[in-house]
Amino acid sequence: MSTTNSPDLEAVVRAVLRELGVAGTEASGGPAGPGGAATAGAPSSGDLVIDLPDPTLPEARRALGVVDPVDPEGLRNLCATTTARLGVGRAGPRPRTASLLLFQADHGVTQDAIYGEVPEDVKARFDLFTVRTRAADRAEYLLRPDLGRLLSDEARATVAERCVHGPDVQICVGDGLSAAAIENNLADIYPVIVQGLRSAGLSIGTPFFIENCRVGVMNDVNRVVDAKLVLLLIGERPGLGIADAMSAYMGFHPEPGKTDAERDLICMITTHGGTNPLEAGAFVVDLVRKTLQHGASGVRLRELTATTS
Amino acid sequence: MLLRTKLFGETHEFADVKEVLAKANEEKSGDQQAGIAARSAAERVAARLVLAEIPLGVIRQNPAVPYDEDEVTRVIDDAVNETVFGEITGWTVGDFREWLLADTTTGDMIRRVSTALTGEMVAGVTKLMSNLDLIHAAGKIRVSAHCQNTIGLPGTLASRNQPNHPTDSVDGIRATIYEGLAYGSGDRVIGINPSDDSVGSVSRLLEMTYDVIQRWQIPTQNCLLAHVTTQMEAMRRGAPVGLVFQSLAGSQKAMEAFGVSVAMMDEAYAMAQKYCWTAGPNYMYFETGQGTALSADAHYGADQLVMEARIYGMAKRWKPFQVNTVVGFIGPEYLYDSVQITRAGLEDHFMGKLTGISMGCDACYTNHAKATQNDIENLAVLLSAAGCNYFMGVPMGDDAMLSYQCTSYHDAPSLRQTLGLRPLPEFEGWMEDLGLIKDGRLTARAGDASFFLQR
Ligand code: B12
Repeated sequence: MSTTNSPDLEAVVRAVLRELGVAGTEASGGPAGPGGAATAGAPSSGDLVIDLPDPTLPEARRALGVVDPVDPEGLRNLCATTTARLGVGRAGPRPRTASLLLFQADHGVTQDAIYGEVPEDVKARFDLFTVRTRAADRAEYLLRPDLGRLLSDEARATVAERCVHGPDVQICVGDGLSAAAIENNLADIYPVIVQGLRSAGLSIGTPFFIENCRVGVMNDVNRVVDAKLVLLLIGERPGLGIADAMSAYMGFHPEPGKTDAERDLICMITTHGGTNPLEAGAFVVDLVRKTLQHGASGVRLRELTATTS
Repeated sequence: MLLRTKLFGETHEFADVKEVLAKANEEKSGDQQAGIAARSAAERVAARLVLAEIPLGVIRQNPAVPYDEDEVTRVIDDAVNETVFGEITGWTVGDFREWLLADTTTGDMIRRVSTALTGEMVAGVTKLMSNLDLIHAAGKIRVSAHCQNTIGLPGTLASRNQPNHPTDSVDGIRATIYEGLAYGSGDRVIGINPSDDSVGSVSRLLEMTYDVIQRWQIPTQNCLLAHVTTQMEAMRRGAPVGLVFQSLAGSQKAMEAFGVSVAMMDEAYAMAQKYCWTAGPNYMYFETGQGTALSADAHYGADQLVMEARIYGMAKRWKPFQVNTVVGFIGPEYLYDSVQITRAGLEDHFMGKLTGISMGCDACYTNHAKATQNDIENLAVLLSAAGCNYFMGVPMGDDAMLSYQCTSYHDAPSLRQTLGLRPLPEFEGWMEDLGLIKDGRLTARAGDASFFLQR
């Protein structure tokens, strides 16, 4: 592959051609080098106009950066199998300009996801009332995970007052590290879970929402509600590609002192390339049933099911 | 025990060795979260002044968690070579630092002393070292290991091909492996973090990676970074495992929070020797990272550097092919920003080598930490200068499932070509045969995943 060409020029050409509706040009042959065919669409000096299309649009993201691939069609198919950044090509051993700048753009916006809040109507739809952990605000939440694992005194009182005691399953929803995860997926996954648990004949506690919440909060919640199983739907930390993934964490009879070794989860629940929330809801119900059937979760559940299957 | 010093006319006194160690630590948000960090820069230096005078023997007598209460302490202490320890027990931590840096001290001499070190001694001396100290001293130490190929030889830099996928799609992961191989990533392992930890899904991915390795005759090993119990069950059912993985933590209680124990790891190691399809004799892969003990409320008032060093001391028991810190992986609650991540990366790498294990680094950051890609590219250069065995390779550094950023598939070849390093020798030979590399540089064919559609 030639590394002496001018990739930014090529990007301009590609953009122009894309606007003209000429498809597939970006992978064909590649630029011929300085002064080569790639300069065909360059504007004449003096009246420079730079007016770029959005590189974050799906079709722009799919543009191949590899010059002269062995199998262009095959490469396109490979890229279509994943949300990972494949087929980006290189400038010497380094990334090409377009993929480098796209990465930087994505990093900029992902950081915003951490500070989002779950809108009231999303919670209201399923009658979730809101309680808080001991983390006073987002800044403290980020630096003090220990506080995000404990309900505030007020929250404890509210939960004690409003929640059914001793259900089979207590469902909680928490912002975690991505409010978008809850905002985008709760409406799809929640009804599937509730319906599934009901048809399994399980009693469901009074659900609620926990702000500034960590996974370990389920221990503290269960001090108050004493459920057989606590299910926590929580926002995962946002990635560059996927910033709205939700996880469903659960534990058999959580209580203070229990650790992640006694929990299970289903992760990457999102419509943006992960497990679809509708499908994930069914997996959750399945795992809840298995957990209650064996009376164990986490490593213990794995041991029990390994020897029985 | 009296532990005190004057500094700028003020007296600083410390209750015990653990407090001296904690307060001597470089600033870390995790230690602040735990409430054990120095309250001022002066107190930090005062603690270092005292630490520099403590004999290594006294450090050994004061482990972070008492011998009787903790199996990690026992594993490390029981493995100490008493003859060598007898020679160094009277050295102060300050002496030890200067000995490590002395031009007359060779890598072999350090490897010999490694046999007598506990995690607390390793962490102690690290606290007295500046960043360049850490780079220079680590650069002297080479720890090599062998599985299907040889890691850690001078002049080499390896890369894990980390082709993670949000739903563990076999096709998606295979495509990503191809992309990485096309850049020369994968010499140290093709290692997948599964999003589904079930035996069925993990076995499927083991089969696929094994198939790619066989079809292309790649001198490397495969690994699925599921919970170790899942990998053990997969081995029992006959799945092709190249390396056995587990995350480790620095106290028995923290290990329990990970769902593992020394006995379980002994069993996993025995199974690896019995069932892995690879040549060995090194079959294990471990990951670590500062902050995990605190996260499990299992740090016993010790700082995160001490707890990290203890992991390396324990890991040595299972003769790992590779160990890496995933520095910056968890978030700002343990390492706040790029300054802390960089420091921790240099510390962990040095500590692993000083302990005597084959050490690499996942130089990384999350989106809630104050860091950018530039910062970990810097760290990778620093660590390469320190003779780091390997880094990660991920498409454009953006992991599609773990939601963090680390080094790109591009970075291993970039570091190699910039610093005159080579892939692992067996793997470089393989790349040369395919025409993907020549004289240590990527050829025109490299970087094209569709190359691997040809077989
Ligand atoms: C961060 C992380 C970790 C960190 C957690 C430390 C911390 N203090 O945050 C560390 C490095 C310690 C870790 C370890 C492990 N992890 Co992890 N981890 C993640 C990651 C990348 C993000 C999690 C997140 O966003 N949490 C949301 C925030 C709000 O939660 P939090 O309260 O701040 O943090 C808690 C959770 O993250 C939880 N947690 C993290 N990992 C795991 C794994 C299991 C099985 C459980 C029950 C809980 C758990 O521990 C934290 C403290 O309570 C996910 C990937 C993903 N897409 O979700 C994988 C992920 C959850 N981990 C996974 C695995 C397999 C593990 C390990 C078992 C690996 C191993 N072989 O040792 C270990 C041990 C876990 C245990 N039993 O404790 C798998 C789980 C697959 C599954 N469906 O069961 C995931 C999905 C992906 C992966 N392969 O790494 N992990």
